[in-house]
Amino acid sequence: MDMNSFSPMMPTSPLSMINQIKFEDEPDLKDLFITVDEPESHVTTIETFITYRIITKTSRGEFDSSEFEVRRRYQDFLWLKGKLEEAHPTLIIPPLPEKFMVKGMVERFNDDFIETRRKALHKFLNRIADHPTLTFNEDFKIFLTAQAWELSSHKKQGPGLLSRMGQTVRAVASSMRGVKNRPEEFMEMNNFIELFSQKINLIDKISQRIYKEEREYFDEMKEYGPIHILWSASEEDLVDILKDVASCIDRCCKATEKRMSGLAEALLPVVHEYVLYSEMLMGVMRRRDQIQAELDSKVEALTYKKADADLLPEEIGKLEDKVECANNALKADWERWKQNMQNDIKLAFTDMAEENIHYYEQCLATWESFLTSQTNLHLEEASEDKP
Amino acid sequence: MTHNNFWLKKIEISVSEAEKRTGRNAMNMQETYTAYLIETRSVEHTDGQSVLTDSLWRRYSEFELLRNYLLVYYPHIVVPPLPEKRAEFVWHKLSADNMDPDFVERRRIGLENFLLRIASHPILCRDKIFYLFLTQEGNWKETVNETGFQLKADSRLKALNATFRVKNPDKRFTDLKHYSDELQSVISHLLRVRARVADRLYGVYKVHGNYGRVFSEWSAIEKEMGDGLQSAGHHMDVYASSIDDILEDEEHYADQLKEYLFYAEALRAVCRKHELMQYDLEIAAQDLASKKQQCEELATGTVRTFSLKGMTTKLFGQETPEQREARIKVLEEQINEGEQQLKSKNLEGREFVKNAWADIERFKEQKNRDLKEALISYAVMQISMCKKGIQVWTNAKECFSKM
Repeated sequence: MDMNSFSPMMPTSPLSMINQIKFEDEPDLKDLFITVDEPESHVTTIETFITYRIITKTSRGEFDSSEFEVRRRYQDFLWLKGKLEEAHPTLIIPPLPEKFMVKGMVERFNDDFIETRRKALHKFLNRIADHPTLTFNEDFKIFLTAQAWELSSHKKQGPGLLSRMGQTVRAVASSMRGVKNRPEEFMEMNNFIELFSQKINLIDKISQRIYKEEREYFDEMKEYGPIHILWSASEEDLVDILKDVASCIDRCCKATEKRMSGLAEALLPVVHEYVLYSEMLMGVMRRRDQIQAELDSKVEALTYKKADADLLPEEIGKLEDKVECANNALKADWERWKQNMQNDIKLAFTDMAEENIHYYEQCLATWESFLTSQTNLHLEEASEDKP
Repeated sequence: MTHNNFWLKKIEISVSEAEKRTGRNAMNMQETYTAYLIETRSVEHTDGQSVLTDSLWRRYSEFELLRNYLLVYYPHIVVPPLPEKRAEFVWHKLSADNMDPDFVERRRIGLENFLLRIASHPILCRDKIFYLFLTQEGNWKETVNETGFQLKADSRLKALNATFRVKNPDKRFTDLKHYSDELQSVISHLLRVRARVADRLYGVYKVHGNYGRVFSEWSAIEKEMGDGLQSAGHHMDVYASSIDDILEDEEHYADQLKEYLFYAEALRAVCRKHELMQYDLEIAAQDLASKKQQCEELATGTVRTFSLKGMTTKLFGQETPEQREARIKVLEEQINEGEQQLKSKNLEGREFVKNAWADIERFKEQKNRDLKEALISYAVMQISMCKKGIQVWTNAKECFSKM
């Protein structure tokens, strides 16, 4: 199958974007493969930081080569995200893992934290690669391919800090002006996002709590088996059965450890990513509202004949286009995002259910074989008693 | 459980009910206590039908009185223990309140078990006071006290003294004492950890219940996922509530272990009695030996042992030959008596060791049977818990995959 069967040009109609959802998850048509691995610590006089190795394999024509290897630090990811948000204010950009651990870590760079972050960064880049629009973003390409010094010099070219600050101020100002003219569908979207955000945050907390409880259960179970061994030391006639019980408990203990790690792998990162997504979505709504607010303020100015009434209609025309573009982009991406979200959540919870089923099946097998061996023993003893 | 002694037919005993009562205690203050209904049925051989022959109410303190009586009159028997007076080894959800219905229920079962153990003991079941406990409601306490058993009881101080000073106890009893210490220590440890494990398990199950609520709320805003979320949430609720029954069953298992925890004390009581008797014997032998020596010295005129008479003789002058003769005579009588006593003490001691050891062997068989059964029932409980878990999560998985 032709790898480049869809056009590398930026699709402008929402319809073509929606069509691309179908192609997305088929690995055959993927032409950009990214991995994030090998975290390395770097120590300079001013700071210590971690870089991650990023390997890109591609068959796309616009890339100079088919394989790239670069090292990036968290700051670089932040920069990329910023650029993507700037270029596509109403697209749903994948979230980055948090800058710091929420629960106040003692050591900034412990292994678990780095590993969790690495996985999240891997996901981040792959989500961008899978996005029909973002995957062709120029800054994304530079991020994946440029050498360190190239990236630094490219970064300096962007709009300065002051202009970015100016944007933020304008954004805050216009968001404060209110969203009175927000179209119905975006009202609905906003309601969904608010509720979704609440629920996913709760689910995140519940899932973390379950992990914690399972860990504490595991810790106590570790002590439980050995006591039966201790007991067997003073009971001549019960040595075997006590040792068997101890080994059953130990096996169930291992099974519970496996269940815990399954939860940590399958469920927790997904739920947490969607917590971050929900924050991201609120940002997208704000930006969309801001774009609309710009238009609304100009229309207002025209209505009340403020300032340069001649130039306004032209400006308004441009802004109307801008609003329409932004809205369409968001609508299409919204559908795509919802679809992905449903799949991801469904998969994550199905995996969690599977882990639990497997855990109980293992424990069941353990105890059933214990029971069988006891019954067999009993039958043996009974037949021995017979003359 | 059946036996036949005072009863011509086989009997069944059950502690079938528990009731809260108020009354006035010895100091005329109002108190609340629980009374337990004990029903005795005799079973017809021919058709297996049972007829209620006796039914009366007893409170915990009366059970205690019965047990204390049995301890005194059957010191060579490993007397079955009572269920605990106050709830111990509780995990957080379990109430430590004596009036809590779950505690009362478990105690009812424990008291029934206590009576069944006595009824199935070849020696204890023949006891008259036990028979009256089951059949004579009024005046029973007075009847027990009239036996004067409290006076016959060995003082704690005497027993402690004997334990420290005995020189040659039967090695089997020394070993038994060590065994009972170990048994008590290991079962306590096990029960403590089990309680902590139960606590944690409770936590794991209950937190899943929170999913139920949130899924339900979330399903309201989801069109396609809504149904799947809603029904999955229901299964999470089922999962969360299933732990209550699971842990209640486990509590019965814990009670079975607790009985043997308390049996350890009963074993030690038998060992203490042996030590007391042995010590008594040793003192008597020592006494006899010293009297013999005194006698010999008086007869031969040598003074090796200290005696009060010897002292006073030194202080107040020699005694006359008549006086000496008199003393020798007294001593000879005492020696005779002493030898008789020693003989009977020896016999008593040997009888005690024989009978006690027979009961201990019986106890050991019972313990091995019971503990094996308890461990197997624990496995059965785990299996049931796993099966429930598989079912709930399979249902949940189906709901999730339909989302």
